[in-house]
Amino acid sequence: MSNKSLVTATINGEDKEFLCEPRQSLLEVLRDVLYLTGTKEGCNDGNCGACSVIVDGVLLDSCCMLAVEAEGSSIETIEGLATGTELHPLQRAFLEETGLQCGICTPGFLMAAKALLDKTPKPDEQQVRHWLAGNLCRCTGYDKLVRSVLKAVEA
Amino acid sequence: MKDFQYLAPRKLDEAAALMDAHGGSAQLLAGGTDLLIFMRNGRKSPDVIIDAKKIPELTRLQLDDEQLTIGAAVSCRTVWEHPEISERFPALTDAATLIGGIQIQGRATFGGNLCNAAPSADTVPPVIVYGATAHIVSSRGERQAPVEEICTGPGSTSLAADEILVSLTVPRPRANSGAAFLRFIPRNEMDIAVANAAARVDLDEAGETFESARIAIGAVAPVPLFVEAAGAALSGKPVNDESIAEAARIARDAATPINDMRGTIEHRKQLVEVLTARALRRAIARAGGGTRGQT
Repeated sequence: MSNKSLVTATINGEDKEFLCEPRQSLLEVLRDVLYLTGTKEGCNDGNCGACSVIVDGVLLDSCCMLAVEAEGSSIETIEGLATGTELHPLQRAFLEETGLQCGICTPGFLMAAKALLDKTPKPDEQQVRHWLAGNLCRCTGYDKLVRSVLKAVEA
Repeated sequence: MKDFQYLAPRKLDEAAALMDAHGGSAQLLAGGTDLLIFMRNGRKSPDVIIDAKKIPELTRLQLDDEQLTIGAAVSCRTVWEHPEISERFPALTDAATLIGGIQIQGRATFGGNLCNAAPSADTVPPVIVYGATAHIVSSRGERQAPVEEICTGPGSTSLAADEILVSLTVPRPRANSGAAFLRFIPRNEMDIAVANAAARVDLDEAGETFESARIAIGAVAPVPLFVEAAGAALSGKPVNDESIAEAARIARDAATPINDMRGTIEHRKQLVEVLTARALRRAIARAGGGTRGQT
């Protein structure tokens, strides 16, 4: 397609430029243009939270945002959560508490949990449940996810 | 999704000129949580998308001595994060924290929710009961309309194809006033209302008599419905169970719901009565009236 725009954004702290069509969602561009495939596509209509990323400090579903809208923004994805080989405390807690089974929803839950802890470092269980309500998991039954986040808070 | 042109004007008059030039083939993009889904499933297929979020008038959130101005492209999250809005306009916060989940609240806007004109739109009954005004601009000029006159049917509004909803202004409630919004859904988050209701009351200084009230209900009519008669019935009445029950009955009678997968006509009418009464009680408590909600 000739109708491509050049977009400049910061992704996980690095300045990036990419070409995209206006009709491509941020999710599509993250996965198919930038090969950041940690962000998952679930429902592709804003219901499941699998594609959650943080844009300019705001948690959102990357399927519900056009990539061209990201011009000048700062985007955080699951690939930026660990520091080198050092896992983020949330990732460690998810492993220790088995806060995942099949793994498809996991990057979205981790980003939602990170967004919560960025804003509220010591959330209570009710806050954790409220902040994770936009993310669906078909395996865990949610209790293990909530326990994982609460464990990371204690860590 | 079909290809389209993306434009992000930084001035309102530029946006109005673009809407004029592209007629009905242009669509304004605010949060995109409805629009992008409709474009993906083919329900909408604009040739031009005009991003509303670079235009200062549409992204302004301002509370002054007289009114709150909510730019049409201000997200629900920006509204609920504003501490003074929670304090002065709690029914707005009730709705902004109920719509979708945190991800949706970060993008979805009051303006988009109104223009999308879903009968179940959660932010619309609260702005109706607060007596908000919609500010509309096109290359032909400016106009204002009471917010209850914007939605005209499921997915349709009184805005012309070239018109832009710029903002909603919400007058600051006077003293001894309170409001609340409630929604019934099978789960706490991420669902669409089976029914919803907003109530706003202005009480006398003693908190014992209704001076005026406004009630609006949702998901039970083709549009979010302002039930003027239900509020009017409270004027001059004592703050007690009987007055509340009467207003709730009027709201129930005004509802014309449909049967669908979310609920039946009978269930929805019952919900309207219950939610209206509960929203009134909460509004009264917030106004410091009755015996603190013990009415």
